[in-house]
Amino acid sequence: MSDEKRKLLAASPLFFTFFSVLTGLLVGALVLLISGYSPLKAYHVIIDGIFSRPSYIVYTVIYSTPLIMTGLSVAFAFRTGLFNIGAEGQFIMGALGAALAGAFLHLPPVLHAIVAALAGIAAAAVWGGIAGFLKARFGVNEVIATIMLNWTALYLNNFIVTLPSIKRTATNATAFILDSARIEILPLWKVSEAGRTWRAMHPFWHDIFRTPFNAGILVALFLAFFCWWILNRTTLGYELRAVGHNADCSEHTGINVKARMISSMAIAGGLAGAAGALHVLGWTRQAAELAAMEGLGFDGIAVALIGGTSPIGCIPAGLLFGALKYGGSKLQFALRAPIEVVNIVIGSIIFFVAMPKLLRIIRRWLEPKKRQGGDSHAA
Amino acid sequence: MLLESIAFIIATTLMYSAPLIFTALGGVVSENAGVVNIGLEGMMTLGAFVGAAVGYFANDAWIGFLAAGAAGGALAFFHALACVTFLADHIVSGIAINFIGPGLSLFLSRYFFDGATQTLSLSLDAKIPRPLNGVFEQNGFFDMVFNQYATVYLALFLVAFLWFILYRTRLGLRIRAVGEHPKAADTLGINVLRIKYLAVITSGVLAGFGGAALSVAIVSRFSSTLVSGQGFIALAAMIFGKWKPVGTLAACLLFSSAQGLTVYLGRGDLQRMLPIPSQLLATIPFLLTLAVLIGFVGKSRPPAADGIPYEKE
Repeated sequence: MSDEKRKLLAASPLFFTFFSVLTGLLVGALVLLISGYSPLKAYHVIIDGIFSRPSYIVYTVIYSTPLIMTGLSVAFAFRTGLFNIGAEGQFIMGALGAALAGAFLHLPPVLHAIVAALAGIAAAAVWGGIAGFLKARFGVNEVIATIMLNWTALYLNNFIVTLPSIKRTATNATAFILDSARIEILPLWKVSEAGRTWRAMHPFWHDIFRTPFNAGILVALFLAFFCWWILNRTTLGYELRAVGHNADCSEHTGINVKARMISSMAIAGGLAGAAGALHVLGWTRQAAELAAMEGLGFDGIAVALIGGTSPIGCIPAGLLFGALKYGGSKLQFALRAPIEVVNIVIGSIIFFVAMPKLLRIIRRWLEPKKRQGGDSHAA
Repeated sequence: MLLESIAFIIATTLMYSAPLIFTALGGVVSENAGVVNIGLEGMMTLGAFVGAAVGYFANDAWIGFLAAGAAGGALAFFHALACVTFLADHIVSGIAINFIGPGLSLFLSRYFFDGATQTLSLSLDAKIPRPLNGVFEQNGFFDMVFNQYATVYLALFLVAFLWFILYRTRLGLRIRAVGEHPKAADTLGINVLRIKYLAVITSGVLAGFGGAALSVAIVSRFSSTLVSGQGFIALAAMIFGKWKPVGTLAACLLFSSAQGLTVYLGRGDLQRMLPIPSQLLATIPFLLTLAVLIGFVGKSRPPAADGIPYEKE
């Protein structure tokens, strides 16, 4: 590799991300090694667990779908100068809204799914908007407000899903959503007589149809481009970024800073809500009582950071996280190795992403020893 | 009956306040030296696990408690390394800590406890003792209120101790100077980096203690949902307490009194008279925090250089 090329590579943020991911995987390997598991075997299990069957790849995508969207939620707020730790609670509200609309409204297929998704998104947008409002009107730090709203959402969810008129008998979850609201691909056909016969003849599709293969990923990809478009191609996006960059200056140029803060948090909330809503409509079909946070919102923070807080970056970052989560879940069975090594890997990646000075040191190390040459030239 | 109810609420409040106080004081130390520590949750979780695991194997809660502090401090060292030496964004590094702490705890739990995400329980007499047990008439008012785990008294003592350190000693002045104006402190010959490392590691030790105050005093083992959010509540208490030890104590007591009230109102006899769903009761601490934050806007000010990476020129 020529020096020129090497310098260019070292300067790109992508290189830094790759470096962080690699280092994170190394830390994971080290942890496994110390605790007596073979890292090579472990990563082999993970990679096999992701790629070795069509259904595994589809599962990876299904795992990644909500992560991409909660990542978008955090990244969008980040770009507008706000730190949305509330994706977790907004996810819960989105799931709850969609589950209720999916179970208790009666609408034709497709329309029902859209209405249910919008119900979830709206509930979550309100939840995010509350944090924005508290910040704009009362100056309450959004980090603290969203943390409090996360727990409020959790208990509110538990209260609502266990109401006698809402919960399914003998469970602690809502009634299943109606078939008209499902976004799974051909959920009824694939278990019908005709579907089974067809699948018997097509082993590739047979394997894929084992999974709750659904349209959620399309929405996630669409939303990523939508966020990019809003931020970079619209007046609203310009104003939002301006407020994030310098609120005082924006105020003087006539931007309604308070209104923009609220809309930013509402949009971020809606994005996390979409994650929750599509998770329900595409897979779980219910909102359940939660003993603790599920973590898909917190994982979104990791996705946003690994994706360089860019909406498009959230797509590969979400896929990476989803893959590690799904592939990692097979460690327990295959090696009896604790699956939490995945969290350690993710944490380490973020840890390295957080250190810009480390990047400078690496750059200096990668650059040819020009300084010495220059000095001798001057002398 | 009324007296007994009051005693019950005060007792539960004090019991639940100890983990919060330790952890929130950790936040106070770190942020007064200018390092935001949103990783308290992760450090607390690791402390809770290490405290319970070491306590179980050593059959002694105090050894577990100390080990928890060491583990929290070790994790905090990495936060300091990132924030102080490598100028990381403090919040991002804290998020990383919040993945690594619980991840490591569950990893180790599965490793040492045969694949389980919870540790085995300490025997009852190996738990943190109650030093005033038997001093007062049993089940009387004073017995109910003051027969607390030693960690409660330790936490209260620590508030006074930290106040003294921060506002009455040279070290405290240096810590605050570093948090308010690191450059000026540097000019005066204070070793800014060393103070910051010291403060962050101390905050980890305290958060570790906070975790252990949960896992080897209030309960007797670690489980995956034991801490779930208490570190964040401690963070909120620190902000509500205006980054000062005594204010933080008041905030911790307020939050844990909401918890105490929840337990009280959730008791069977009261549920029959006053049927409030327990899930709604559980939201009280969080809504109260929000209400309080709204009411105190503008008065709560962090140290001037809190969260800003400092690079020596």
